[in-house]
Amino acid sequence: MFKFTEEQEMIRSMVREFTANEVEPKDRWMDENGFCWELVPKLAEAGLLAIHMPEEYGGGGGDTVTSEIVINELAKGSASLALFLDANWLACDMILYHGTDEQKKEFIPQLADGKIFAFGLTESNAGSDAAAIKSVAEKQADGSYVLNGGKAWITNSGVADYYLIMAKTDPNAGNHGISVFIVPKDTEGLTIGKFEKKMGMRGSATCELSFDNIKIPANRRVGEEGKGFMIAMQALDGARVSIGSIASGLMQHAMSKAAKYAKERTTFGKPIAKYQGISFKFADMAAKIRATDLMIWDTCQMKDEGKRISVEAAELKLLASRWACETCDECIQVFGGNGYSAEYDVERFYRDAKLLEIGEGTSEILRMVISGSVLGR
Amino acid sequence: MAKEDYKGIWVFAEQQNGKLNNTVLEILAKAQELKAHTGEEITAVLLGKDVSSLVQTLFEYGADEVILAEDPALEQYSARPYQEALTQLAEKYKPSILLYGATSLGRDLAPRMMISLKTGLTADAIDLGFDKDDVFYQTTPAYGGSILAHIVILEKRPQMATVRPMMFDPMEPKTGAKGKLITEKVNVKPDPDVEVLETLPKEDTGDAIEGAAVIVSGGRGIKSEEDLAQLKKLADLLDGKLASSRPLVDIGWLPHEKQIGQSGTTVKPKYIINVGISGSVQYQVGMQNSGCIISINHTKGAPIFDISHYGAVADYKTVIPALIEEIEKRKAE
Amino acid sequence: MKILVFVKQVPDTDDVKLDPKTGNIMREGVESKLNPLDANAIEAAVQLKEKYGATVCAISMGPPQAEDVLKKALALGCDEAYLLSDRAFGGADTLATAYALSMAARKIGDYDLLIFGRHAVDGDTAQTGPATAAFLDLPQITLACSMDVQDGYVICDRALEDCVQKVKVKMPAVVTVTAEINEPRYAKPINIMKALKKPRTVWTADDLGADKEQTGIKGSPSSTKEVLEPPKRNTNTKYFEGKPEEIAAQIADMLHEERLI
Repeated sequence: MFKFTEEQEMIRSMVREFTANEVEPKDRWMDENGFCWELVPKLAEAGLLAIHMPEEYGGGGGDTVTSEIVINELAKGSASLALFLDANWLACDMILYHGTDEQKKEFIPQLADGKIFAFGLTESNAGSDAAAIKSVAEKQADGSYVLNGGKAWITNSGVADYYLIMAKTDPNAGNHGISVFIVPKDTEGLTIGKFEKKMGMRGSATCELSFDNIKIPANRRVGEEGKGFMIAMQALDGARVSIGSIASGLMQHAMSKAAKYAKERTTFGKPIAKYQGISFKFADMAAKIRATDLMIWDTCQMKDEGKRISVEAAELKLLASRWACETCDECIQVFGGNGYSAEYDVERFYRDAKLLEIGEGTSEILRMVISGSVLGR
Repeated sequence: MAKEDYKGIWVFAEQQNGKLNNTVLEILAKAQELKAHTGEEITAVLLGKDVSSLVQTLFEYGADEVILAEDPALEQYSARPYQEALTQLAEKYKPSILLYGATSLGRDLAPRMMISLKTGLTADAIDLGFDKDDVFYQTTPAYGGSILAHIVILEKRPQMATVRPMMFDPMEPKTGAKGKLITEKVNVKPDPDVEVLETLPKEDTGDAIEGAAVIVSGGRGIKSEEDLAQLKKLADLLDGKLASSRPLVDIGWLPHEKQIGQSGTTVKPKYIINVGISGSVQYQVGMQNSGCIISINHTKGAPIFDISHYGAVADYKTVIPALIEEIEKRKAE
Repeated sequence: MKILVFVKQVPDTDDVKLDPKTGNIMREGVESKLNPLDANAIEAAVQLKEKYGATVCAISMGPPQAEDVLKKALALGCDEAYLLSDRAFGGADTLATAYALSMAARKIGDYDLLIFGRHAVDGDTAQTGPATAAFLDLPQITLACSMDVQDGYVICDRALEDCVQKVKVKMPAVVTVTAEINEPRYAKPINIMKALKKPRTVWTADDLGADKEQTGIKGSPSSTKEVLEPPKRNTNTKYFEGKPEEIAAQIADMLHEERLI
């Protein structure tokens, strides 16, 4: 049976306290106003931004379980804030796992201090088919690169200090012709578009990027040339676990609000929680949350053991994101007309939940990954 | 010495700068009930310097006897000299009950007296009495007021308690009342380790909720600062003050001074209008002695209605503007 | 400088219920936590440590589970942790508690500053700090809303009913702090991991050389005779009903009758 260590339990209760005091009260504000800058120094101060990075780079020295505890607990107060951190790590993990020692020394401490990172793979014509990206980094005689092209739907763009951009270094080599580069926000030739108007997850920033002859020094390439696709996919495996953690947290958040309401709201002389039509919804929600949690911690443990988790992370994200949509949907139903009003929060959760079935691999792509593992390609 | 040999109900007559704390008068009033039960006399113990002018006030508000101990070292309150002086008096006279106001001064001094006299001390009592076994008990809220405990001090004497301000009404003063004055000499020295550098009066913004006759109070149900401004407007129309329960203070819409309740201020206005307040026990203990309680809350069955004289199960967002309009209309007439 | 911080484990609820049958407090399912004001006390101590250098010792009295609050204290920056745990300490009122705490302070020795949260949210007595000061014959500053040390003195602002008083007290001294004094930090995960590796000491009454007549239930003159739910006042609430304007008119009528308008 999976069991948290004592330190993980303590960290969980600390993040829970942080979330209740600092994050949850800001969730609605973020939905209405966008990214919440004031939370970044607070997250840094609390030592949460680089919790799974090695101590020698200013990180918290925690394992994958610990880092997902952080995401999961933050998501109980705000799914979009948890998504911000997930995207931050998605980008920075590539430096952690594939960067040079100089790169780790330069960038990971900045993550811990509150600098923001973004992962740039998706383009307007290349989402699920990531290998079809058109951005090109052309190698120069001196070993540097010149980047042209653009990206779309980049989480944390517009607020990030560093962009980790996937671009073709060999346009004829398909998957094997992609490399990863670190591009600081104030680089000449980088244009950041305006914030997208989104259905939900409005507390996390999303913009388009365009690259016009951006000069990138050789030491800003992460990992070997041509290995970018593999590096990105590995990072995405980790991020898909985080999406599962967000789904679980969001379900928990929605369910606790709905449970409170169901016990308070009376119809025909008794609380609606006393009607089976309502109470059974909670049975389904609780079962979904528990199943999600078991998958999260199991997958984390596999990752900490150094195992490949592509299939398990895909399975987790596939189910958790669907269940999050279903749970938030049912929570609105518990609230009735009130649930449709912004006053009662659950409609926001419903909008937030939908992203989980799309971002970091759509459910359809995940099914390709999973079915491929069952049936062979 | 047997506990039966301790006699008398003592009230520590807290004064600062020659002014008696009002809580002393409240406790003197409650002490009359204790006296009616035990027949023991009520003694006010007055420490200070040049404070003899307060003796008559103490008689007029119900003290049978005043013990006055004046010394330069007692001019300003300081924990150790006061502890020393009061200990000397209590050891000499051996009262059976010793009560203090649960003021910042009373709660600074009384715990030290507990050590000096090796007896029990009940904190922040909201009521005092004798139970069916004829035992003196003190009622004190615990767990933020969600439960009440009857505390007893069975074997040790004096039985001590600090008593929460605003719990009892002072008696009508009996002008010219006479009593017995005992002047005592105490052997105390100023505390060389303690120095008061300065005392800054709190800025009087004219906004204090303590002592206000009319209060309009908002709670968790208030959705925005604009709505809160409406409550302020209502309070102004009624010549009252705006207050709140804890959530609005926690999110920073109002300062802590505005908070009613266990961890805030206890108020006792003639009228209080609660808006969007469900009525946690912590809030209730802070205002339940108000003269007339009017509550507006959209949840039928909210606990606040249990202690309200008037209630409206309604959305404050529509009722408050209508009420403001109605009052303005009537005022214009 | 050596600073002792006294912390308490309290139930994580502010709505304690009584068992309708036994009249006892229902503890089932109620988690425990660090008394909130003790977090302010720890923060105050750790800030002084960061500013001037100090050893901060956290002390708690309670059952073995109370070690949890000491672990948290270590994670928040305390250096040493002492748990006073013994059946002989059980059932203590504030007199017996202050006795045991003062004995622990004596055993640790060489203290300059003893910091308490103003009160614990369970008993809400605010007596343990000043009582411990009296046991050790130390001067005290209660209700401190700011704190600094200078040349062997501790200087605090005290938030009183009608004024703010600045006091300077020679150390060693006892200070009780209010919530306004600081904003307690969160224990960084990395510090949580390190805290669990720091040693913790458990002391019994005998370890302290305490007189068992003065500890626990035996040393407690006061006791709880009865626990009650706050009385529900049945005022026969009169309800105003109707459209908002109608409700407003009825309230206005009532206020008019009462001569408020």
